[in-house]
Amino acid sequence: MKITPEQVDYVALLGRLTLEPEEKKKYMGQLDDILKYMDMLAEVDTDNVEPMAGPVELYTPLREDEVKPSLPVEDALANAPARTGTSFRVPKVIE
Amino acid sequence: MSELYEKTAWELAEILRKKQASSAEITQSVLGRIKAVEDKVRSYVTVNPDLALEMAKEADVRLASGSAGPLTGIPIAVKDNMCVRGHRTTCASGVLANFVPPYDATVVRLLREAGMVILGSANMDEFAMGSSTETSHWGTTRNPWDLELIPGGSSGGSAAAVAAGEAIVSLGSDTGGSIRLPAAFCGVTGIKPTYGAVSRYGLVAYASSLDQIGPITRDVPDMALLLNLLCGHDPGDSTSVPREYPDFTDFLDLPIKGMTLGLPREFFGKLESPDVERAIAEARSVFERLGVKFVELSLPYLDYGIAAYYIIAPSEASSNLARYDGVKYGHRAENFSGMIDMYCQTRAEGFGPEVKRRIMLGTYALSSGYYDAYYLKAAKVRTLITKDFKRAFEECDAILCPTAPSPAFKIGEKIDDPIQMYLTDVFTIPVNMAGLPGMAIPGRFSEGGLPVGLQLIAPHFEEARLVQLGAAYQKETDFHLKRPPL
Repeated sequence: MKITPEQVDYVALLGRLTLEPEEKKKYMGQLDDILKYMDMLAEVDTDNVEPMAGPVELYTPLREDEVKPSLPVEDALANAPARTGTSFRVPKVIE
Repeated sequence: MSELYEKTAWELAEILRKKQASSAEITQSVLGRIKAVEDKVRSYVTVNPDLALEMAKEADVRLASGSAGPLTGIPIAVKDNMCVRGHRTTCASGVLANFVPPYDATVVRLLREAGMVILGSANMDEFAMGSSTETSHWGTTRNPWDLELIPGGSSGGSAAAVAAGEAIVSLGSDTGGSIRLPAAFCGVTGIKPTYGAVSRYGLVAYASSLDQIGPITRDVPDMALLLNLLCGHDPGDSTSVPREYPDFTDFLDLPIKGMTLGLPREFFGKLESPDVERAIAEARSVFERLGVKFVELSLPYLDYGIAAYYIIAPSEASSNLARYDGVKYGHRAENFSGMIDMYCQTRAEGFGPEVKRRIMLGTYALSSGYYDAYYLKAAKVRTLITKDFKRAFEECDAILCPTAPSPAFKIGEKIDDPIQMYLTDVFTIPVNMAGLPGMAIPGRFSEGGLPVGLQLIAPHFEEARLVQLGAAYQKETDFHLKRPPL
């Protein structure tokens, strides 16, 4: 097995997912199969090959720093699960 | 006489111009068809008749005033991952089940400016992650040709709607084949334009270096009309490429004599069905009759496309989907203890199994100690795949290959076997990896009467060449004229 139960727990925490015990078992098996399939990439000689992040030439498009209207606060808050005044309400972050 | 909902956009434009019908009548015809067959096909997440009829009324005013364009008054379905201001857009996910965008995606703004009529949002795999539309939070769309079969994915609703007469045309998005695969399985025409040709602003992100929006239509002339509308630079998307595009309809009647098509050897070892082989052989003989030459070529790194894709796409997804945290929009869990637990519970409740699987896979591939072996390795293989195509296009004008190894498969057949499902995209994924334009058009049907899709792939920003080849092929054949017996 490429993946241990501890690794599944660790990756689930990094990905911010609570998994049920049966989900953990299922994903462990499936991730293992998928990663075994990925092993074929090891056959490819990639010495001196540059990695590719995207298909278009990367550049930073610049624009003038003009003041433009932005999304109205009420529109931005309209989908919020919880709000207080003009803010998103969340549980206490700093104990 | 055929019904209005059966016609193409260019036929309807002619009808509107001659005042033989109004946009309101056309829209009523399509809404009537939706009412009649939607229970069977389930192409839509949300049909919005009020919005559609209001837009049709506005279109009729424009048509009467003489300020109409070629697509004014034509009803269109939009995949459920493109933001439509004021209209629920869910990405077929529980996490966005009640999300109402406060703004329009750029492509939606373009539809509005052209006076098109938005019918509603089409079903899809959750977050566009799937090849069958089975991972939708709202249930599976069915293939209009056989209701026991999947329509392909992830833009299954967009393709099924056009095939079933529930929309005249539609928009899909394609990260690894999500426009071309359902177009092939449903017997319609679809194109994934060059990466950077169509703005992604307002498209719910899945894998940002691969995602691209494109049209699904009943024929190539309709595709050309929509490419004219969609292709263009948008400062709202930093990967949108500033350049000029031709009028794609200028290429509909150009001869293709003297062009060369490449047949990649590696693709033809992977066919699972004699029907697909027959469709390619038939296409070859049609193109040869039109004066096209064929050359066999080799794309040796294509075999690694799926493995590299299923590292790169989930890696990007695991980062993109971090935003679903129950804070600014979307679902939030009711019971949790503290901030981190709120994230974990919210995401556990909101995401379906395939999305969780890809978040896990991508998080693993990017995690400390595995980054070099997986993500970096895949990114290097991506370079090699792209170079393969570059070499191939020194020998040919475009590549001809199948869209999928077989016709549409049964609902449930591959849903519990991720690798088998992923292999469905073996012919489409390399095109996204290289950012090339790829088009699916209906070829010769299977012995069992199912659609089989041909795929044509061109160099970057050569969509016009695909229009030219596709239009020439459809003038010689009638596969694109067949309609499912619903």
